[in-house]
Amino acid sequence: MTITETPATPLLPSPPTTADGLREGVIGTSPVRPDGIAKVQGSFEFSSDIFAEGALWGATLRSPHPHARILSVDLSGAWKINGVEAVITAEDVPGVLTYGLITHDQPVFARDIVRYVGEPVAAVAADHPETCRRALEAIVVTYEVLTPLLDAEAAIDGSSVPIHPDGNLIRHQRILCGDPEATGPVVVEGTYEIGMQDQAFLGLEAALAVPDSGGKGVELHVATQWLHEDRGQIAACLDLPVEQVRLVLGGVGGAFGAREDISLQVHCCLLALRLGKPVRMAYNRAESFLGHVHRHPARIWMRHHATAEGELVKIEARFVLDGGAYASTSSAVLINAVTHTQGPYRCPNAIVDGYAVRTNHLPCGAMRGFGVVQACFAHESQMDKLAQAAGLDPVEIRLINAMRTGDLLITGQPVESVAPVERCIRETAALAMPTEPIGGSDGDVMCLPGGAGRTADVSHIRRGVGWGVSIKNLMYSEGFDDYSTARCRMVNGVVTLKFATAEVGQGFVTIAAQIARTILGVDEVLLDRIDTGIGSAGSTSASRQTWMSGGAVDAACRQVRERFFEHVAAAYGLDPLRLGIDGTDVVDTMGDLRIPVTEAAVGVEFDETVEYRHRPTEDLDENGQGNCHVAFAFVAHRAVVDVDPDLGLVKVVQVATAQDVGRALNPLSVIGQIEGGIAQGLGLAVMEEIIQIDGRIRNASFTDYLLPTMLDMPPVLVALVEEPDPQAPLGAKGVGEPPCISVTPAVVAAIRDALRQVDGVGRDLHRVPVRPADIAL
Amino acid sequence: MSVIIAFSMDEALRALAAHPDALILSGGTDLLVEINEGHRRLGSSSADIATSPTVLAVDRLSELRSWTIDLERSQVHIGAGVTWSELVSEPLAGLIPALAEASRTVGSPQIRNAGTLGGNLGTCSPAGDGLPVLAALEAVVHLRSATHQRDLPVAEFMVGVKRTARLPGELITGVTLPIINGWQGYSKVGVRNAMVIATASTALVADRTKRQIRVALGSVGPTVLRCSEAETMLSAAVDWENGGVGSDQLREFGGLVAAASRPIDDHRSSAAYRRHSVGVMAQRLARRAFPLESGPPGQGKSSGI
Repeated sequence: MTITETPATPLLPSPPTTADGLREGVIGTSPVRPDGIAKVQGSFEFSSDIFAEGALWGATLRSPHPHARILSVDLSGAWKINGVEAVITAEDVPGVLTYGLITHDQPVFARDIVRYVGEPVAAVAADHPETCRRALEAIVVTYEVLTPLLDAEAAIDGSSVPIHPDGNLIRHQRILCGDPEATGPVVVEGTYEIGMQDQAFLGLEAALAVPDSGGKGVELHVATQWLHEDRGQIAACLDLPVEQVRLVLGGVGGAFGAREDISLQVHCCLLALRLGKPVRMAYNRAESFLGHVHRHPARIWMRHHATAEGELVKIEARFVLDGGAYASTSSAVLINAVTHTQGPYRCPNAIVDGYAVRTNHLPCGAMRGFGVVQACFAHESQMDKLAQAAGLDPVEIRLINAMRTGDLLITGQPVESVAPVERCIRETAALAMPTEPIGGSDGDVMCLPGGAGRTADVSHIRRGVGWGVSIKNLMYSEGFDDYSTARCRMVNGVVTLKFATAEVGQGFVTIAAQIARTILGVDEVLLDRIDTGIGSAGSTSASRQTWMSGGAVDAACRQVRERFFEHVAAAYGLDPLRLGIDGTDVVDTMGDLRIPVTEAAVGVEFDETVEYRHRPTEDLDENGQGNCHVAFAFVAHRAVVDVDPDLGLVKVVQVATAQDVGRALNPLSVIGQIEGGIAQGLGLAVMEEIIQIDGRIRNASFTDYLLPTMLDMPPVLVALVEEPDPQAPLGAKGVGEPPCISVTPAVVAAIRDALRQVDGVGRDLHRVPVRPADIAL
Repeated sequence: MSVIIAFSMDEALRALAAHPDALILSGGTDLLVEINEGHRRLGSSSADIATSPTVLAVDRLSELRSWTIDLERSQVHIGAGVTWSELVSEPLAGLIPALAEASRTVGSPQIRNAGTLGGNLGTCSPAGDGLPVLAALEAVVHLRSATHQRDLPVAEFMVGVKRTARLPGELITGVTLPIINGWQGYSKVGVRNAMVIATASTALVADRTKRQIRVALGSVGPTVLRCSEAETMLSAAVDWENGGVGSDQLREFGGLVAAASRPIDDHRSSAAYRRHSVGVMAQRLARRAFPLESGPPGQGKSSGI
């Protein structure tokens, strides 16, 4: 069904007004999302559900070795299997052999060397997934196994043999700020480690490629975060002009950064073009762990210098991020990490060195928080140490140092965004602490650490409280020309929006219609198909789409409204500047005219397309100085955690948060992002980690890669801090990433607090996820 | 692949006689995962049929899906096809509470509705949640084939990592468990508070009639382990009359339990933590069984907690 143009999606009819007097469906209300009911009922078409008559299945052969030379590839066994229609390798790539988001260093198929377990070597297309599986088994690849590079430090110091022509150091960045000799009477230091987290979206990688009948082009239906970036990389590999590669967004079941990079896109198109038939590909969970990039594991050393009163004087830091086998966005993740060293605090002096390196581990790239998650776990752990050393409590130390609008970052960049750090902390502190005693009031074992395992009794448990506060940049950085395109058409009073903004579950489709209803005074807004039939919207990443695509939709709607006012003004002999929208009416603000928009718009058509750009940013210089970021958002988290010190098991009892959102365009969506982000940050704090031993992943399943369930998720208390940002087109800041960042250190701080009650000392817990043995042994 | 669906015990046993190595399918919560993850291959084309194993589905056998309570002999017979959900429910939960507690830790509600106790025995994973309870209760496993039937103590049934004493052609029909006079309980450590594989688990039974403590451990050895030295020590140390035990004795008991474990390091945990955790769980279970603080036997009672 999906091959044909899908009709524009109508939105659900809504009651006329909300409790606070707003017209339902406009900005500030929380209308039902258009994809919501279908997703809940199971009828939403995810990309893995898309099919076409006569489509073949594709599958990928992957390297079993972290580092090996390919001596030979024998495809003959696969060709002998009935039902196999194509078997392809690097030899069959007509265009450039590599792709990548920043540097094109990752092969479509490995040709001579494989650099991680899971690297694609060949692909097949056949009549059935089971035929594909047997064909893959029949391909004989002879490898000469090489010593893998698994130690990130060895990649920095030059002692290791380069595992890639681009070398083992992906990027080094230094930041020097102020007086390097500055110090203070209070000095604390620590080395922190962050494990490799998986985005673990529930909708697995899947696509359908349909070749044009002439064989000259291809249409790809795919779950992705950025249609146009994919298109550019795919077209280069296929050696086709970009116009001949058309992308359509397949239903996306979550992304969190894991769909920024190419996974099966090129393979699927290659097979379809080779055969002149549609080809579907779909990863299973185990393959998904190999098929997308992950959060960078990091080792971070920090030394904080402060006055006796706890005011920050200087931060020294060294970051090592393991980028895995290919560069992906490692260099940008590194910049985000080092430029957020100070956290949401003023600090006049800093010396920071950051390294992103190449190893034979799984490739790492974008994941929600993008480098700031790693920095935040380190700086917040340090702030707690500093508080202890200075005799302050965790809230005081953070209030003393809280950043304000106009403060300078260690990059020399002034924070021009609204920066309500102090307010976030105070509003979080004002949220009620849990009133239930340890173990709950009705003796349900699920309320205790260990839960269903019945490992503990109430007397074994200590309750701790911990804090985390963070700063997160919004949008892309370092001079990137970032824009988003939107088109607004109003025909007979019915508005249709078109954009290429990837809806990955974050709810942009809801927001877009809210913007149009608000600006144009209409109730009915249609959304056109999301595809490359319009200019780029940029990536659904970096907490940027409400700001960027929201800005583009807003601007396109405003242009249509101008044309519409000109039309009404001409019809009634009025000055268009006197016209305005009030509810669903167009009104003369200085006279008596008031007619419904639907009536005034009969018989006319307006059509405007706008590209929205944020202000330009700069590269960092060699000392890490420069206005490299666009804007910032802030958040505070307070976690209450019950801990079983002897067994090392934990139960997060409550998370309270106040988040700087600028303006909540859709409060329910904002709360959804906050709760989801907290679940993801909680996962990193206490359970989520990809385990690689000798370069091989050991837990590529949801049996062993544990995600928090409903039973691990605590109640979340939320205060939205709404101070509209004057730089944001709608006053709204991105809200996607901040929730997952400082909740991780808050949970760990709460565990440390609980353990301190046992013996007055506690545990360092310098690593996430915190494992039971880290607490108990 | 061929699948035989048995509708009666006779049919099942005849099919097993014809295909002694058939894969036995009941709830499918182990077998289908193995197939889906490619650890076990079932051919799909005609060429594979000769070599691929036969699957025998036994989930429709009412004999396997039922349980009986024999109060006269103080025992319960549980068919191999009884699900975790049934074991969590009354009346079984009240008669064998440790098995109900273990059953509650298995997977999600959906998994508990499908997975069976017989499947847990058949797979015989060291992490099988029902197995430490069966071991601590000294359950008897019933096996039948077309030609014979036999009973095995569960300790003899479990041979090694995913290895049992079941012979080709035999079907696990059920287990018989004693209804004991005394306390019994199960604890399991995992990294998540539910729906998680055991990092380590412990079952403890305080059999007042026999004046015997029995302890069995999961996920800390190639198969479920009993801790005879610890059992003997604690059986002698507790105050059976008043339900008390001294904290020093508990610590000694925990140390002996930990020493009896034979864990390995793997991606789920270190051996050291597994060893430590069974010691802690055993002490806590024993304290639940004997809530009063008391001195060693013969020295009178010290103050309660």
